[in-house]
Amino acid sequence: MPHHSLVKVRSLEHVIYVENRLSPGKVNLRTQDRQRQLTRPTGADRTMLTEEERREIEAEAAHYLRPQAAAVDAMKILQRHRGWMSDEALRDLGGLLQMTRAELDSVATFYNLVFRKPVGKHVILICNSVSCWVMGYPGLREHLSLRLGIDLGQTTADGRYTLLPIVCLGDCDHAPAMMVDDQLYGDLTPEKIDAILEEYR
Amino acid sequence: MERPLTKNMRPGEEPLDVRGYERAGGYQAVRKALATMAPLEVQQLVKDSNLRGRGGAGFPTGVKWSVVPMGEDAPRPRYLVANADEMEPGTFKDRLLMEGDPHQLVEGMIVAAYAIQAEVAYIFLRGEYVLAAERLARAIAEAYDAGYLGRNILGHGYSLDLYLHASAGRYICGEESALLNSLEGRRAIPRARPPFPQVSGLWGKPTIVNNVETLCNVPHIVNNGAGWYKSLSLSPDGGTKIYGVSGKVKRPGSWELPMGTTIREILEEHAGGMREGLQFRGVQPGGASTDFLTEQHLDVKMDYGSVQAVGSRMGTGTMIVLDDRSCPVGMVLNLEQFFAQESCGWCTPCREGLPWVANLLGAIEGGQGEPEDLDELAEQCVRLGPGNTFCALAPGAVEPLQSALKYFREDFERHIKEKRCPWR
Repeated sequence: MPHHSLVKVRSLEHVIYVENRLSPGKVNLRTQDRQRQLTRPTGADRTMLTEEERREIEAEAAHYLRPQAAAVDAMKILQRHRGWMSDEALRDLGGLLQMTRAELDSVATFYNLVFRKPVGKHVILICNSVSCWVMGYPGLREHLSLRLGIDLGQTTADGRYTLLPIVCLGDCDHAPAMMVDDQLYGDLTPEKIDAILEEYR
Repeated sequence: MERPLTKNMRPGEEPLDVRGYERAGGYQAVRKALATMAPLEVQQLVKDSNLRGRGGAGFPTGVKWSVVPMGEDAPRPRYLVANADEMEPGTFKDRLLMEGDPHQLVEGMIVAAYAIQAEVAYIFLRGEYVLAAERLARAIAEAYDAGYLGRNILGHGYSLDLYLHASAGRYICGEESALLNSLEGRRAIPRARPPFPQVSGLWGKPTIVNNVETLCNVPHIVNNGAGWYKSLSLSPDGGTKIYGVSGKVKRPGSWELPMGTTIREILEEHAGGMREGLQFRGVQPGGASTDFLTEQHLDVKMDYGSVQAVGSRMGTGTMIVLDDRSCPVGMVLNLEQFFAQESCGWCTPCREGLPWVANLLGAIEGGQGEPEDLDELAEQCVRLGPGNTFCALAPGAVEPLQSALKYFREDFERHIKEKRCPWR
């Protein structure tokens, strides 16, 4: 029973292995960065935010008792401007949010919608949770992969699409569902997916 | 039949703006509470109404509020947080409420915040709910402009700020203490309790976290009274409930019905029964983390006590139906992969146990299972059960597993015996 031997290994490699089997896409973006040790505090003087980025982040930070609370808001703002959270983007946030890079990275690697690897122009989030599974997720995922020539967690060679799994999108009465960027699509069929992809060409 | 929560909604139409909402009777509860009721009176009224938390746990809302330290020397500021991190698979009720009538949530939050004398309130919204975010942001701005938020609301001396926080997605954020860590800009890892958030929550200050649907009920209770609210229900739990059904039924959807409507009525009358040619095999009554129920339970009332009495939980009240052409082992595998992936990794049983469970199920589904794997899975249901983990994620994760092992055991055994999935 090869699957039983898994539990005897308790290491980071084990966690990555298990998560990789569970969800290859997520691991590519999240888990590999856990191995980094980024512990040095970042000085405020090194911030390289644009004026616009800084203004947007400060507006969010004003809602909270401490600037750290705006970490997720800030990452989403930077992603809007820069596409993904690079090491440089993390460094740039440190001073403003009064967080070390390690603290910031621990947050960045935790959330599904913070990307620590470059993503394509459009991010396709296909729901793989239970209602969509019952309604035909596996076939749709296969269709999308064939159509785009990529697996979950990958980006097309032309940089146009990244395909990621996502947990339940709360559109279960219209399952199966997916999002492309900020737009939700339900009642999916292979034909409907083809038509949606045409819109993003 | 009265449908207070959804009465303002028109399918396919934009939600009411602040003026339309006022014309429909909106913000009367804010006026009434601030002008004529003391905070403790609002708390008592909600206690008397038997409103129970709609996020899944069913804790009595008024009792939760009453733990917040009140009075002159109580810690300040105090916080109210709407838990809008709707990520329980199979659950789509809070999105309906926020997209369909955002001012109802805003009003409920103002009254709830007044009841605990909170100075600041947050809506913790999951990041994927983009349309809900747009509509809530607009409603909050309109409420400020109309004087329902900000300094000295309607001249009654009470002040409240309300902010929308759109998260970045992780199931554990729905756990209230993990949600608070997330809101502080940390990894969303549950906190040790005690202290409970009501006493020491956001930034160490008294904090109430309530589900969206829970808060949406509050204005109606204030307007119409506890007796009226209880009279809406067919059970001891007060009010109506947004029930939902997904899976291979004729009309998947959501409906506001009296609390205590039977599973059969919801599935057959409202969802239209199973699609042609398919048989009903089972249902998770309230989201991914609830035990399966079967044919024999169809006449059970959907309220907290009745569903619990037959070994499951009403949870979020949104059902996921299993039909006879879908593999029960495959469905449970999908559920456990979700929980293994969404475990925050903080405590060992959950971090290590759930991937193990998912891998065992994967082996069985893939035709490589051994008979003793079923004993191992049953053992894990105990080890990951209540009392062994930091929060309720793992105990919730094993609810569908333990009930599937009970009701669909022959399907598991067939996979192992035939060394393949009979549905493929």
